[in-house]
Amino acid sequence: MTRRQNRMILVLLLVLGVFSAGYLGIKAFSENLLYFYTPTDIEAGKTPIGKSFRVGGLVKLESVIREDMLVTFVLTDNNKNIEVKYEGILPDLFREGQGIVATGSVLNSCKGLTCKNTFLATEVLAKHDENYMPPEVAEALQYTATLK
Amino acid sequence: MWKWIQRQASPKVFYQTCINLRPWFFWPFIGFLTVGLYWALVVSPADYQQGDGYRIIFIHVPSAILSMLIYAIMAIAGGIGLIWQIKMAEVVAKVSAPIGAAFTIIALASGAIWGKPMWGAWWVWDARLTSELILLFLYLAYMSLNSAFDNPRTAAKSSSILAIVGLVNLPIIHYSVKWWNTLHQGYSVGTGGLKDPDMLIALALMFVASIFLYTTLVAIKAKTEVLIREQNARWVKDEVQGVIL
Repeated sequence: MTRRQNRMILVLLLVLGVFSAGYLGIKAFSENLLYFYTPTDIEAGKTPIGKSFRVGGLVKLESVIREDMLVTFVLTDNNKNIEVKYEGILPDLFREGQGIVATGSVLNSCKGLTCKNTFLATEVLAKHDENYMPPEVAEALQYTATLK
Repeated sequence: MWKWIQRQASPKVFYQTCINLRPWFFWPFIGFLTVGLYWALVVSPADYQQGDGYRIIFIHVPSAILSMLIYAIMAIAGGIGLIWQIKMAEVVAKVSAPIGAAFTIIALASGAIWGKPMWGAWWVWDARLTSELILLFLYLAYMSLNSAFDNPRTAAKSSSILAIVGLVNLPIIHYSVKWWNTLHQGYSVGTGGLKDPDMLIALALMFVASIFLYTTLVAIKAKTEVLIREQNARWVKDEVQGVIL
């Protein structure tokens, strides 16, 4: 074997080793790399207790109530819902139907026998989707959606 | 074929190639940039939600792609230098690093400027942003390791190994928006993404302009790097003497 072939094999082994290490690392840390949980995760009790975490979803249509700086709205992932309360300035893209990510913790309050979860947010970020289009296209898409 | 490559990779021929190619990179860059900016700022329509604010994408996306592409070129050139001991590949790898780092900084900064009004935060620690920041650190580590040795061959050897190890970050950056829930949106080109043909044309023009900017800068920097490395060679003395006298 020539020295060049030797070096080639060494470099290939290096690449292979690094990529398998990376793959295993990602496998192990996948949970921690999750940026946000969904309302379904909260319902299923998968979220950390007594610790602040992030929840992401869509702002439910016609659910936003504003009283001065206090905003209450329902966050949904089209499966489960959770009520969110937030006091502060909302980003430009915050609107009904928009995807958002809120940071905060869950408050479990019971009235009689029925208990409900409220998410007390300390920060609300708008999550923009990857669709960019002129307003006319957006209107046309919405129009076809209403026909269905 | 092998003979031809060896000839091209000799410092003197490579030096001349850099000089010859420079205008062929520079003027297309100016052309694509002018038309691209016109297409991005005038021809493309506003976005239905973000208005004109989305136009930063025409800087942000090409810079982000280039930051990863240049890293791949750097690592592959480093690998070629390691295996075939081609000095000019080491030169290309070395001069690419600061250019790639600059594109990474542009991508991060333009993203932050867009993020503040749209998301409501300059910076969040989601997988996409964090992995891109790690890319910047990899570039900085490569540059400092490369300049830590007096001998350029030893420097190239150790920093190339670092560059190859760092390659693992590229698929992580690319797939981060797919593998995990991130605040960063998905791919801007493909099934989703830009929905308007004019937006896509503007993005393509700006992307090609960025590539020509990169090759222009490599041609300029590689030329200087060859002169520094070969400072004791006869042809360099002749070349420099012609300038000084």
